[in-house]
Amino acid sequence: MAENGRWIPVPTPETQHFWAGTREGELRLQRCKECREVYFPPRPFCRKCLSRNIEVFAASGRGTLLSYVISHRPVPGFDPPYSIAIVELEEGPRMISNIVGCAQEPDELVLDMPLEVTFTPISDDIFLPQFTKAGVTA
Amino acid sequence: MKQNSVAIIGAAETTRLGKIPDVSEIELHCDAAINAMNDAGLKPCDIDGFAAVGEYAGLLCLHLGIAPTWVDGTDVGGCSFLFMVRHAAAAIEAGLCKTVLITHGESGRSRIGARNWNPERYSLYGQFELSHGMMDPATMFNVPFLRYMHDYGVTEEQVAQVPVIQRQWAAMNPRAFARDPLTVDDVLNSRMIAWPMRKLMCCLVTDGGGAVILTSADRAADAPTKPVYLLGSGESVETPLIGQLADLKSSRAYRMAGQAAFQSAGIDHGDVDHLMLYDAFAQLPLWGLEALGFVGPGEAMGFIEEGHTAPGGKLPTNTNGGGLSYTHTGMYGMFAMQESIRQLRGTAPAQIEDVRISVCHGVGNMFESGATLVLTSES
Repeated sequence: MAENGRWIPVPTPETQHFWAGTREGELRLQRCKECREVYFPPRPFCRKCLSRNIEVFAASGRGTLLSYVISHRPVPGFDPPYSIAIVELEEGPRMISNIVGCAQEPDELVLDMPLEVTFTPISDDIFLPQFTKAGVTA
Repeated sequence: MKQNSVAIIGAAETTRLGKIPDVSEIELHCDAAINAMNDAGLKPCDIDGFAAVGEYAGLLCLHLGIAPTWVDGTDVGGCSFLFMVRHAAAAIEAGLCKTVLITHGESGRSRIGARNWNPERYSLYGQFELSHGMMDPATMFNVPFLRYMHDYGVTEEQVAQVPVIQRQWAAMNPRAFARDPLTVDDVLNSRMIAWPMRKLMCCLVTDGGGAVILTSADRAADAPTKPVYLLGSGESVETPLIGQLADLKSSRAYRMAGQAAFQSAGIDHGDVDHLMLYDAFAQLPLWGLEALGFVGPGEAMGFIEEGHTAPGGKLPTNTNGGGLSYTHTGMYGMFAMQESIRQLRGTAPAQIEDVRISVCHGVGNMFESGATLVLTSES
């Protein structure tokens, strides 16, 4: 836990690649080498065909905004009001994230708008993947 | 499972409900258990099957003096009790035990001797969801809902009708925590929690518990209470990770539970006299109505607006006032079951005339789990 009480993820062996990636400015996903299924969250096998023959690759970082709330509850490391979103990545998988770099208001957070990943350091080791409107730097 | 082979013969909630700052969680379980055993005219030596979550089964059995031949503790959140009823019925039918006690106790509000929610930072939830400031049900449950509203053209004003209707039922219930009439304006003016969710669209946080006792239909004939039979049931899980819902407008777990329940009961939607849908938040009854197939996708809001779930409506729903107005300890499913049982026994405060079939649907850990029970007063 960070000094301000912020929640800092702890990587596990199966997620090391992901957090190494965000540290290096990459959003890494996994793909099954047998059936080509791309998936998230990380796991060492393909749940579609059960193959353990999987690979890590750098995703484009592009996605769209599927849904969100704008939370008014104070949470360490987050300044209310702040968005919590479901983002659908270009490659298919979905993830929870935050939309940053814009006003946290319904008028600015338009469903289906194109997004780009940005990486926010929250500790020495962990960079959190968050998203901005495509074409906007955070 | 054979229809109506098992019946509920004991059912009770804790003596007090709402604010109970002087009772530990384990004793809420036991208070409800004692009330249920008294209801059924049974003693601990009559109980040979036990199920509970939130406390070790062995500790509760030690406390209550029970030596079981069958034990369950399926921990899937708020509808765990519905799962455990289904499992108990199968166990009774299989001859693993004869009479099962299932308890719930939760000091959700006062946090006395309470089980705490302690996610780990290395869990998938801790790494990929909680890390984005999604710390509690008020955000977790509601992140998908904007997509539902957007795609189906549902407004905040419309959703606000759900808590208004639940409050109408609660007004008729002396044990309901919140009974004063609510208007749509009251709901929309309440404090913003997580847009579009406002405080009065969110469930209560209370202390309390409940317990049920099941036995075979044969033995139920000797019980002092009017038996409530299990006509059908279903259960499933999908995902506790909010970002991994396959469909942002519908839960696979809720749908699968509902389908199995209706199929095993052999009933149509028109046969249902009374319905309990888990209302931790105002939009959940919409998801429940659609998951169970009472209406098609996107039609739930219109159905509610037409008054069908409200007092006087053709499908009275959440007639105790629900999690929004009656009580909500954290795991609400036990209370949903208790109201279905009361309605079928004819003992509910807001009693509906001639209830023969009640469907009780619960959800757990947001979208992790769903379970549906079809209960009847007719053997």
